Amino acid sequence: MALKGKPLVAVVSAGLSKFGKMEDFSGRELFAQAATEAFERCPNLEPKKDIKGLFIGMMSESFEHQSHSAPMLSDWAGLLPAPAIRTEIACASSAAALRTGIFSILSGIYDVVLVGGFEKMTKKTTLETTEFLGMAADYPFEQWNGITFPGLFALMATAHMHEYGTTEQQMGLIAVKNHHNGSLNPKAHIQKEVSLETVMASRMIATPLKLYDCSLISDGASCVVLTKPEIAKKYADNPVYITGSGHASDTLGLFQRESFTSIKATINAAKEAYNMAGIKPADVDIAEVHDCFTIAELIAYEDLGFCKPGEGGKFIEKGVPTLDGDLPVNTSGGLKSKGHPVGATGIAQVYEIFLQLTGQAEKRQVEGCSVGLTQNLGGSGASCLVHVFRRSK
Amino acid sequence: MMEGTGQQVNVPPFTIEQFFKFLKEKKLMAAKCARCGTLYLPPRPVCSNCYSKELTWTQLKLRGKLATYTVIHMAPEPFQNMAPYAYGIVELENGLRLPGMIRNVEHEKLKVGIELEVDFDTEPSSTWPQWPRYYFRLP
Repeated sequence: MALKGKPLVAVVSAGLSKFGKMEDFSGRELFAQAATEAFERCPNLEPKKDIKGLFIGMMSESFEHQSHSAPMLSDWAGLLPAPAIRTEIACASSAAALRTGIFSILSGIYDVVLVGGFEKMTKKTTLETTEFLGMAADYPFEQWNGITFPGLFALMATAHMHEYGTTEQQMGLIAVKNHHNGSLNPKAHIQKEVSLETVMASRMIATPLKLYDCSLISDGASCVVLTKPEIAKKYADNPVYITGSGHASDTLGLFQRESFTSIKATINAAKEAYNMAGIKPADVDIAEVHDCFTIAELIAYEDLGFCKPGEGGKFIEKGVPTLDGDLPVNTSGGLKSKGHPVGATGIAQVYEIFLQLTGQAEKRQVEGCSVGLTQNLGGSGASCLVHVFRRSK
Repeated sequence: MMEGTGQQVNVPPFTIEQFFKFLKEKKLMAAKCARCGTLYLPPRPVCSNCYSKELTWTQLKLRGKLATYTVIHMAPEPFQNMAPYAYGIVELENGLRLPGMIRNVEHEKLKVGIELEVDFDTEPSSTWPQWPRYYFRLP
């Protein structure tokens, strides 16, 4: 297909730490790993001279009792005195950093910036982690009444099952698919296949969501190097271009939204990104979507226009989003299998699209892909960012 | 009300804190914009639709229909001893919705569309934020 869309910025390099329970490493050290990979991938980049600013996603200072983390990462990436800013919109924090980085280049202020994110989650107990993540829900009406994040997505799952007849098996197939993809990703938190039987027999977390419907609590860091498009070839033979960026907000509380079976922020962000890129959903070859819970990926198929509302269950049943399907989704393993260090997730999605569109995704490479999409959700859907990417030739 | 300032004499402020104060009196109160009629649960001091500061309090009926629900098995620390517990979003009159815990209902009997009623624990919590609670039960 023709490579449509005027480039907003170019992605010339990318780095990702190993995801998982990284016992010996704190957040800043994981970020240094990701930054080093990005610098080593890009021999023509002189980091200290070229990179003029950093934009960093991180959700919660509770995990490491550390706020003011952006300048710390400028230091740990060897980029001082380059200025650094943290962006926070829960699990979409690093997609917000990406969009802020795009603004900084389009404004003409910077030519080259480092955009990334991190979270160090596994040093805390699961109970503490549940509490910290839960802070992204409305306090007086959701947290105060005992809701959890699995619970909020379970409310959407119950509504989707009631309205469209979606089944727990269909959601389970998404977990099976993403674990298969993750088994091919050497940086994934859990690199093993799971059967539908295992998924269905796993313990209940928030009815109808079971353990294997939930993404992982992980440590990890991610980054990409952005440049203005005109100078991209100086750094990379095959840069990846970002041609569309969309972002929308909605009510913090799920109970105040128009629908429980669809996430309006995704629909609005996708509309903006598709229009900017001049493409339709059918033009997308690969996508990394926010599968914090299997139901979230199923609803994303519908909200991104990959299938009609209510048909997400059939879409996975037919195998369309599998690695050898017509529209592979979460080739990295997604949040489900690669892991979900929340602040790192948005840029970790971009890392996978960068590998795929430059032919570097090894065992999980999708042949001939030209157009990629990322969808990064914050909270239960009060924030969503969608970005569209294309290869350079 | 006083002209120009939007300040009303002897009318409680349209705040979340006041919503919880009304719970102590077993009242479920929403705010209504006097200009455009938009209802707010929880209340808010300025209408987000038309920016009017002219609001009135409306007492809601306590009966509603379950719009969606879940049963929480893995609970946050303050709710550990209650797990597994049911939680749902209830649709009240005029399309207003309220989320909360559903108590004393067999979990197998939960279904979208069943009727539930709001009830109250009027004793405020001993620690921050010192609010009482509401919950749902079968009528």
